[in-house]
Amino acid sequence: MDKDRALELYRKMVLIRRFEERLYQLFLTRPMPGSMHQYNGQEAVAVGVCAHLKKDDYITSTHRGHGHCIAKGAPTRAIMAEMFAKKTGCCRAMGGSMHIADFSMGMLGATGIVGSGIPVAVGAAWSCQYRESGQVVVSFFGEGASNEGAFHEALNLAGVWKLPVVFVCENNVYGFSTHYRRVTSVEHVADRASSYGLPGTVVDGMDLHEVYRVAGEALDRARKGNGPTLVECKTYRYMGHSRFEKASYRREDEVEEWKKRDPISSFGTFLRDQLRVPEEEVEGILDSVEKELDDAVRYAEESPDPEPQDYRQYIFAPEGA
Amino acid sequence: MPSTRIVQALNQALREEMDRDDRVVLLGEDIGVFEGSYRVTEGLQQRYGEARVKDTPISETAIIGAALGAALTGLRPVAEIQFNDFLACGMDQLCNQAAKIRFMLGGQVKVPMVVRAPYGATGRAAQHSQSLEAWFVHTPGLKVVMPSTPYDAKGLLKTAIRDDNPVLFLEHKLLYGATSPGGKAKTAVGELDEVFTPAPDHEYTIPFGAADVKRPGSDVTIVATGIMLHKSIRAAKQLSSEGIHCEVIDPRTLVPLDRETIIDSVKKTGRLVVVSEDVLSCGVTAEIAAVVAEHALFYLDAPIRRVAVPDTPIPFAPVMEQAVIPQVEDILKAVKSVVYR
Repeated sequence: MDKDRALELYRKMVLIRRFEERLYQLFLTRPMPGSMHQYNGQEAVAVGVCAHLKKDDYITSTHRGHGHCIAKGAPTRAIMAEMFAKKTGCCRAMGGSMHIADFSMGMLGATGIVGSGIPVAVGAAWSCQYRESGQVVVSFFGEGASNEGAFHEALNLAGVWKLPVVFVCENNVYGFSTHYRRVTSVEHVADRASSYGLPGTVVDGMDLHEVYRVAGEALDRARKGNGPTLVECKTYRYMGHSRFEKASYRREDEVEEWKKRDPISSFGTFLRDQLRVPEEEVEGILDSVEKELDDAVRYAEESPDPEPQDYRQYIFAPEGA
Repeated sequence: MPSTRIVQALNQALREEMDRDDRVVLLGEDIGVFEGSYRVTEGLQQRYGEARVKDTPISETAIIGAALGAALTGLRPVAEIQFNDFLACGMDQLCNQAAKIRFMLGGQVKVPMVVRAPYGATGRAAQHSQSLEAWFVHTPGLKVVMPSTPYDAKGLLKTAIRDDNPVLFLEHKLLYGATSPGGKAKTAVGELDEVFTPAPDHEYTIPFGAADVKRPGSDVTIVATGIMLHKSIRAAKQLSSEGIHCEVIDPRTLVPLDRETIIDSVKKTGRLVVVSEDVLSCGVTAEIAAVVAEHALFYLDAPIRRVAVPDTPIPFAPVMEQAVIPQVEDILKAVKSVVYR
């Protein structure tokens, strides 16, 4: 990974982290619509995977989608405006945090039903294969989704049709309040790949280098027509499951252990120590992130509310092909 | 050759649309090599190839989800679900994803997909006999189509494939005009009359939301879908010999529903009987009765009558199945009860 690339990915991870921290403050200090599921701690996964994707490659996201959205290249203005339920939001105030997505950036939606994006990703991959477009698809989901039927049906279909899709399981240890080992029959979700005839790989999801390397191999395989891969990224969510709870089911020392391996801190150290990036250049990145987020919040604040009847135009598309 | 059977008419519609548009692709259980459990996809894999006519695993969630993913990314998939009862296995993809994704994304996407499924009772007990249209009428974001003739089936399926929204296309098993591979499902086509119009070879489409008056009349309005339309026509013929003239309307699409044609007819006749093969409570008959009650109550000369399956699963024994499925006799009785008051 050269320096420019490293700086670009570092900035993306910081942008996601600071976006989430800003939102947390906004929810504390003013009335914000709805709720949210935050991505803090998992940044290396979205950034390390999406680094390999072109604008017209597709992803499906989850209820914890802010990070995927930013990593895939959606403008922070439109994402923030959606969080504020403003007319200028990327989903025109129709989705909010849970459905945050920018289709023009190849996002096929973020979904509030666990596991439900996986079959959609498989269908998109079938479309890429049929159209011989050379595009690939990534489906992000949590370890909890691997206990949904949709996961198993989708992986089987992708395996039998040899589709250009990479399944990225973000194992962040807890499904809401429940430790995954209490409700999951295997230690590694990646082991489930063998049931469907696909390779399954476990990767340290706190290490951007590792995610970047393994995702690159899997996507290369998909682009060459060699079929799907299941990549399990071992990671951790720093926040509660959603805005309303503080993760009292976890021990504080467990959280601290994971934070010692924080993906942004460790990649920052790599930039300074290995790539010899001067401190002021790192500071400059942090500064530009704050400016971008200041601008995004201002844009959201100043944007108009939707009209009460706006929803009507989105129920059905105008008829014709 | 005009298609005199619905199964032929649907096959013809699929061929015409696949010839016209490369983006039209098919997927479903047993639709390729076996050519469909009711033979709707006969000859299609041979003609269009395995890449375009896909046999799938028995995975309704994956079938509907894959259709959705393909629809979002430039194709126009037509998925077959072997029996409408099996839609229950894929409900999340159909009702939470396909029906809502354009809405949740603020109109960023189009979802041009069709899900075809056979429905109706044919002696196969409670999990292969249901008429589930009301579930989907109750899910905003889906269009729901129920043809009753070969002519309508072809024109409506072509419209469904060209529509940019998810369309559920429900086909009555006893109207296909073909016996199932098991050989036990009898066809009702031989008992039908001239309203069972053949589908001509030439190109045409039928717009959604346009009910068809299958038989004009002045005394009672009967609204019916699928095979109930044909039972209603039979009842209307018998009644005309008694001097009662029924107007029989087929809505053809339940979403969008052509309320105007129904309301106008009731304003003329002053009487309404609604016939459907789904269950009574919160069913299609309830919705149509409510529409008329809201918009034409003071034109009614008699209470609205509903003829539908009582609130029960479909029983297996033929004698019990026949007892719960609306018959011509039930329709005659309902019409007479609103006329002789």
